[in-house]
Amino acid sequence: MSRRPHKRSMFLRMLARAAVLRKRSAHAALLAIVVAAAAATAMLNLFSDVQGKLHREFRNFGANIVVNAPEGKALTEQELNGIEAAVDGHGLAVPFAYAVTRTEHDQPIVVAGTELDLARRLNPWWSVSSWPHASGQALLGVRAARLVFPDGKPFNLRYQGRGIQLSSAGTLQTGASEDSRIYLFLSDFHQLTGLKPSVVEISAEGSQSQVTSLLQALRTAFPNLDVRPVRQIAEGEANVLGKTRSTLLASSALIVCTAALCVLATLMGWVFDRRRDFAIMKALGASDRLIALFVAGEAAVLGSAGAVLGFSAGIGIAAWIGRANFHASVSPRFELFPPVLAGCLLVTIFSTIPPLRLLRRIQPAMILRGE
Amino acid sequence: MFVRLVYESFRRQPRRKLLVAVAVTLGAAVATAMIAIATDIGDKVSRELRSLGANLVVTPEEDRLDVQIGSVNLKPAGTYLNEADLPKIKGIFWRNNITGFAPLLPVNARMPSGEVILVGTYFSKSLQFGNQQFTTGARATFPWWQVEGGWPTDDSQDVLVGRRLVSRLNVSPGSLITINGESHRVAGILETGGDEDHQIIAPLAIAQDLAGSPGAIGKIFVSALTKPEDAFARRNPDSLSPADRDRWYCSPYPQSIAYQLQEVIPHSHAEQIRRIAQNEGTVLSRINGLMLLITLAALLTSGLAVAAAMATAMFERREEVGLMKALGAGHFSLSVIFVTESVLLAMIGGVLGFGVGSLLATELGRTIFGSSIVVQPVLLPVVLGLAIGVTFAGSAVAIRRAVKSDAVQALRGEA
Repeated sequence: MSRRPHKRSMFLRMLARAAVLRKRSAHAALLAIVVAAAAATAMLNLFSDVQGKLHREFRNFGANIVVNAPEGKALTEQELNGIEAAVDGHGLAVPFAYAVTRTEHDQPIVVAGTELDLARRLNPWWSVSSWPHASGQALLGVRAARLVFPDGKPFNLRYQGRGIQLSSAGTLQTGASEDSRIYLFLSDFHQLTGLKPSVVEISAEGSQSQVTSLLQALRTAFPNLDVRPVRQIAEGEANVLGKTRSTLLASSALIVCTAALCVLATLMGWVFDRRRDFAIMKALGASDRLIALFVAGEAAVLGSAGAVLGFSAGIGIAAWIGRANFHASVSPRFELFPPVLAGCLLVTIFSTIPPLRLLRRIQPAMILRGE
Repeated sequence: MFVRLVYESFRRQPRRKLLVAVAVTLGAAVATAMIAIATDIGDKVSRELRSLGANLVVTPEEDRLDVQIGSVNLKPAGTYLNEADLPKIKGIFWRNNITGFAPLLPVNARMPSGEVILVGTYFSKSLQFGNQQFTTGARATFPWWQVEGGWPTDDSQDVLVGRRLVSRLNVSPGSLITINGESHRVAGILETGGDEDHQIIAPLAIAQDLAGSPGAIGKIFVSALTKPEDAFARRNPDSLSPADRDRWYCSPYPQSIAYQLQEVIPHSHAEQIRRIAQNEGTVLSRINGLMLLITLAALLTSGLAVAAAMATAMFERREEVGLMKALGAGHFSLSVIFVTESVLLAMIGGVLGFGVGSLLATELGRTIFGSSIVVQPVLLPVVLGLAIGVTFAGSAVAIRRAVKSDAVQALRGEA
């Protein structure tokens, strides 16, 4: 029994000496492991983060949920506040009110009232020459500006006997129906028409299921309102995201597999190269089991070192890709370290098996003779 | 002698050669597949993004105000485009990038329960331009339109009813409604989440009858594959030099396709629908950029991995080098032998890898996007070059060290 600690210390000493003396031949093997671990870490990290990043890109398309008041009615103050409270923290809710008003020349024109600063965040694709800042200023669609108010002077709008004077802050171009409208602050709109918002456009953040759960929550809270997903955007988003996800997954699998197989090739060469050492150990009386343990120990040390180095490098690469492409950092996921480490250990230890089995079958004398 | 040395080295050490060849093959396969995917993904995602619908709209040249909110349309009838000009869209320079288009003609229609907006369009109409036959319409241009029941055919008198009209009109698929005194069958209920939910969608001919102007269309929605807009795209083509103007004209920017649409459709004004066109460009360039960076990472990974495998394989052979040196081989002839061996390996691995990679890319394209990714033959020399470069770099260090080392030490196994 007293020989066991001694034996163990010998084993550890051999491992340590091998690491120091043989460090040159281990360089290539270590490099291969680091590369594989870095690739795996970077791809796993990106894979979990890219979804969120792309979802955010799609929020630039504007609303993905629209709440309509029943036909011919407006939303009550209570409903508006309720919707805002439900959406708060999950996205952006922007109220819109519409009315057909008349110009001084009795030309009908659609006027929309909204919180313009919120609309600006909701619809970043609006091409606006200059946003209105104060009440009394209006944003004119390009068609409306060209046809109805070409001189850019202050103008009057009338609605059922009421009127308001407005000045033009800038023009709005979208290529769609917005081009024919005039956008006002809600307060001006209310002063002109006495109407309240009838539509709330919501840009809900997060994944498909998060959007759906917000949709459900709104439906149960406001059963008499019409809550609808914007199918045009939702379907395109799901489509593109799904395909990108699959492509990313396939590429990750490809890269990680290649890197792992190269580690296998490198380590097998490395172990086989040292057959002479093992032959000597065997000739000196080491059992096959001890040699296997020794090689596995070395491989484990190499694998852990490679995993640690590769993990840090991989986090760095993922962060760089996030910054370079999405202009936002990819948050490091440290919970990925155990699987990466396990993968590294598995591959390194597995790759020592074939050369060791080969060695076991051969007489040490043959190896030492160089055959 | 030289040839025999190299030949024997491959014949006698198949295991070592196999390991390295496998590494090079894998590396080349990943490089091929990733480059092929990265160069093609823009096109593929662009096609997926067409599920967002039209990104260009063609309207009559004369400016006119749309006065329409929800189910009310106060627009006075103005000028129209001509239905006969529609097939010409398939005659523009970028005709193959046009994935679909749909003409729309909104008219006010009288129903027993009040006024509604009826929009005439093509659902899935067969058109001919020259000897080219193609089918297009709302189903291709607005793929998110969801119909409960069936789609009407373009030559029928059937209509679709918007979902928000259903309760007011009290209809279901198959029931009859009266529009301007004539009876029409409701083929299905349409849900889009947009203005169409308040409208009746009918074959174009019905709307033209109601408007009393045969052959008239109000606007055309065009769905086109485009390239993300850049600063050059925003230039005015008429102010460019002839060479730049050709380059602008021959790039599939939303602007240049709009310009070409305007050329073939008389008295029209085409412009991009910014909500779709602009954001589509951003998403596309993000995904393109992501794949580019990942491809770079993949190239680096496989390069380093192959180099490591190569270095190990070379390191193993220091005894062999020692023996050759002891027999009188010079530095130069030694290097030539080993470099030839690695180049040979790289060529074999590169060609095999290119084949495997092409298969992989095609297969991935088919499973993910439903259309195969074509691997350009130009890629073969590129991948071969990369493989040779990486293998050479990987073995160079080991070769140098082996060549420089002391023959006696190497033979004693002390190197």
